[in-house]
Amino acid sequence: MTNKTFQLETFTCPSCVAKIEGVLKKTKGIEQSEVLFNSSRVKVAYDDATINDNQIKFKLEGLGYKVLSVK
Amino acid sequence: MSLSTIWQLKKSHQVWASGTLALAGYVLMRTIGYHPVTIGLMLAATLIAGLPIFRKAFQAIRYKIVGIDALVTIAVAGAVIIGEYWEAAAVTFLFILGDYLESRTIEKTRSSIRSLMDLAPDQARVRRAEGEVVLSPNEVVRGDLIIVKPGEKIAVDGSVIEGTAYVNQAAITGESIPINRLNGDEVFSGTIIESGYLVIRAEKVGEDTTFARILHMVEEAQDKKAKAQKSLEKFSRWYTPSIILLSAVLYVFTRDIRLALTLLVISCPGALVISTPVSIVAGIGNGAKHGVLIKGGEIIEKLGTVKAVAFDKTGTLTEGKPGVTHIKSFGMSEDEVLRIAAIGESYSEHPLGQAIIREAEKRLNIKLTSPEQAEIIIGRGLRFTLDGQDYLIGNRKLFEQTAIDLDNHEDYLKLEETKGQTAVILGTETDILGIISIADTIRNDAKELVRELKRLGVKHIAMLTGDNQRAAKAVADQLGLDAYYAELLPQDKVEVLNSLGDKYGSVAMVGDGVNDAPALATADLGVAIGGAGTDVAMETADVVLMSADIHRLSYAVGLSRATVNNIRQNIIFALAVVAVLLAGVIFRTVNMSLGMLVHEGSVLLVILNAMRLLRYNESRIQE
Repeated sequence: MTNKTFQLETFTCPSCVAKIEGVLKKTKGIEQSEVLFNSSRVKVAYDDATINDNQIKFKLEGLGYKVLSVK
Repeated sequence: MSLSTIWQLKKSHQVWASGTLALAGYVLMRTIGYHPVTIGLMLAATLIAGLPIFRKAFQAIRYKIVGIDALVTIAVAGAVIIGEYWEAAAVTFLFILGDYLESRTIEKTRSSIRSLMDLAPDQARVRRAEGEVVLSPNEVVRGDLIIVKPGEKIAVDGSVIEGTAYVNQAAITGESIPINRLNGDEVFSGTIIESGYLVIRAEKVGEDTTFARILHMVEEAQDKKAKAQKSLEKFSRWYTPSIILLSAVLYVFTRDIRLALTLLVISCPGALVISTPVSIVAGIGNGAKHGVLIKGGEIIEKLGTVKAVAFDKTGTLTEGKPGVTHIKSFGMSEDEVLRIAAIGESYSEHPLGQAIIREAEKRLNIKLTSPEQAEIIIGRGLRFTLDGQDYLIGNRKLFEQTAIDLDNHEDYLKLEETKGQTAVILGTETDILGIISIADTIRNDAKELVRELKRLGVKHIAMLTGDNQRAAKAVADQLGLDAYYAELLPQDKVEVLNSLGDKYGSVAMVGDGVNDAPALATADLGVAIGGAGTDVAMETADVVLMSADIHRLSYAVGLSRATVNNIRQNIIFALAVVAVLLAGVIFRTVNMSLGMLVHEGSVLLVILNAMRLLRYNESRIQE
């Protein structure tokens, strides 16, 4: 399992948090996710055999949140 | 312009572009009316501002999540369909303008934490075999010798082995008055040398330093949710879909599409859901800057509503080491009693003797000589010769073997003992020269702290200690505490805390984090004092006061109270705005764009209100 933290552009509404959390929860390969409102970060624990960080990044950007960095 | 270019646009550009187009459209509407050019301009404005919103809405709906974007999208689509192009343009423009301003101001509420991160050291001058090298702090290893010059930041935790300097430790303790550090002293990463220079042996580097751990904890803390926040999030999860349903029902019954769409727009719960996290992040950031580490929203809520505070005695309310509290002399000056006693005690290792020596060094400012001859009498004290005169120093038992009758002094000795003092008697074979009272001294600012906490609305202040009844009572009486519990074992402390909790609700346990780590860890709310450099304290406590200055506790409580009040104001305000708008919609005085304007305005006001917490400072406490 791999852990990655995605730094997104500043969150302004906590309802985005619910949305991102909901989406990640339903994504295959993602075992755990946490969306941090104040630091505008998303912490993800995923199975790297099923999904990679680029795909997750793509997913987040698809939701409308630019990913500034991944680490 | 293709759709993807709009997506690539910066937020600020989107705001400008759609704003200009909407304004031009508005002017045309007022002059030439709904001409195709007017409609074109308005649609373009709607598209530029709305595309990111629509996109977010559709993405979310694919995952069966209905958010604020969906509300706006439905409303705007509806407006376009019924030919309200101006409303559509205005609503989308106001929404992204609000979003833009919110992201700018929300950054401000997070600015304290950001500025703390900026304090991180970025280089270290290291003395290595090949000479002096400048490295990044991550490249420094334990045992390296670091050279720090005036104006530079210390990049490691370690101890001084050479030089002397005034160090500003604000980054760690929040205290900006520089302190003198010299050989053997402990220094922290992130602190700044104002004058002088130091050579430091690195003991903790990189992520292990106190500063890095504070940063890490603050980062984690800002997103640990408050209870209020959790319930609001649950609330908003069913709130948005039910508003859509309500609008649909409203439309079915009234056949008034405009009314239904306006309801959608004004019901966005933005201000409500944002009310708590913005206040929390501002409160935690403020605390971190002032040497108060609060580990999350729920902790702020607890500390802000705390009704009872229990203190550990030794090392928290008291200095934790014995000190001379009073000297009574007979036939000579107090200073002379102290001088002779200290010279005698220089022969002993006893803690009480050490207290006398410390006091003599402090008060007399002379170099102590040694006694010509000395002999320890175990369990009693010692006998020594100074300037040809024999002296005795010790407890009652020591004088039993002399011709001296202690009865004359018995009342005084008893009195001192009931005050929790240990009496050390100095005399010769024939006379008593003085009685030195020694006790674990109460900290200077403890009394003021108790007063402050009462003023902040703490109802019950208690002290828990493993020490004996007499000593405990003495401290409790002096400080004016509401209760004290003495002769407690660690497990007893937890029990007392639980019973206080039953009586008063939330209870904070305050200790130095070293002697009482278990009580801090099990307490509902553990507060550690002087946490900088002590790992256990930083890990186990919910609130860590970095410096040993206990006055910070009233700051922490005051700040938490202010934060809790701030959250309440925000929630009440947000609910009031929704209620007023709702009434406005029902009585048809609020249209879609006005609704959006008020809504976005209320979100901004909530953020601005939270920003007031950044300015909360000690002068507010003094009032």
